[in-house]
Amino acid sequence: MRRITTWVLSTVSALVLLFSYHTSTGGGGTALAAAASTAANGTAPGGAGVGSTSTPSTPPSDTPGTGSAATPGTTPSTSSGSSGSSGSSGASGSSGLSGAATAAKTYTGDAVDTPYGPVQVAITVAGGKVTRSVVTQVPWSGPQDQAINSYAVPVLNGEVVDAQSAGIDMVSGATFTSEGYVQSLQSALDQAHL
Amino acid sequence: MITAEIPVTPAAPTPPVLARRAWVEHVMGTAVSVHVRAVEPTRPDIEAGVQRVFAHLRRVDRVLSTWRSDSDLLRLQHGEVDEVHAWVADVTELCLEAEERTDGLFAAWRARRGERTVFDPTGLVKGWAVAGAAAHLDVVPEIAYSIGAGGDVVVGAGPGPGAAAPVWRIGLEDPRRPGTVAQVVSLRRGAVATSGAAQRGGHVLDPRRGTPVTRPGSASVVGPDLLWADVWATAAFVDPERAAGLLAERDPEYRLHAL
Repeated sequence: MRRITTWVLSTVSALVLLFSYHTSTGGGGTALAAAASTAANGTAPGGAGVGSTSTPSTPPSDTPGTGSAATPGTTPSTSSGSSGSSGSSGASGSSGLSGAATAAKTYTGDAVDTPYGPVQVAITVAGGKVTRSVVTQVPWSGPQDQAINSYAVPVLNGEVVDAQSAGIDMVSGATFTSEGYVQSLQSALDQAHL
Repeated sequence: MITAEIPVTPAAPTPPVLARRAWVEHVMGTAVSVHVRAVEPTRPDIEAGVQRVFAHLRRVDRVLSTWRSDSDLLRLQHGEVDEVHAWVADVTELCLEAEERTDGLFAAWRARRGERTVFDPTGLVKGWAVAGAAAHLDVVPEIAYSIGAGGDVVVGAGPGPGAAAPVWRIGLEDPRRPGTVAQVVSLRRGAVATSGAAQRGGHVLDPRRGTPVTRPGSASVVGPDLLWADVWATAAFVDPERAAGLLAERDPEYRLHAL
């Protein structure tokens, strides 16, 4: 029952997020894209930063949350039209998406409750590498949240890749600098077992 | 509760081959991850030990949460009960000790303008709780474990004739670029705690002034016990130089990484 609630909540949040992102942050799309290309430069071939490479078999409608803004093939102007349903948010994780050569899997991190609302991160793993990470749930209650989210989301999405390339088991950080994103990421990493 | 059961062969070539298993659960307002390495991580005694870890944390939350009004701590503060769990007294004593040990750089008692002093042990409870929970895995034979709880990490190993406990790599988040790892700490047994700047206003108060600490950066402390690593990280974020001096003098087995 709780999972259903979580799923519904995440779907609603993703939708809210999709619409809010364009209206309220203006340059948010470009910031995301810039961060994505930076991250992609530093990753292994086939890997990618923030949603800059979509899994071949993933339809755009499967792209949850903010990641859709940077998904190639989905131009920023059309991304608000894609349904924000986080298709992979079956809380126990692994909805399989079979890629061309290696099977890609999506793992959805726990929705982490923060004093400001729940946050949730999903990652896609192919060939043992994180190829995509998206935030599927973001607290979105005020201007301060928006400023923080537009800043924190792309950067934190980069962290998965960094941590993965360094083979890190756990992350120690001041939790309130990132408001639970790190925690949700950690849980997605837990599930993926990288 | 979310459980992932995907054994992965580690890259390290050291025999015996240890598989890994992860558990994640929401406790105490944060996501707590437990990773276990063992030859056979599906062993029922490992599962039982991990469940005791989460049960321990849930119990701590029921007793000491400052978020839920039905916790022993808040009911005591609101005068609704007289008798509470002994942990309330334990934590109160530890808070006193922490305040003394850090020369007041850590403080659980806060005076608010025009109000009576508030006792808020939150800054100490998480480290104490996770350290206590980890003890449930110290008795599970032939495993290595790491527990991550909202930025605090404790790693260790159970008893057994096996080879040396494997190393866990813990990334320290770069406070100036949240999302990147500034340093990596390798540990077989011990703890890492980090205290840092708040983007949403002060979470760490300078007890000497009663105002939030707003400087950039963060302080990570590595040492044997998560409780004290956590306390020292808070103290070191409030006043890095002073805390570094006190640390060297009073708890030399703890190392400070100021970022």
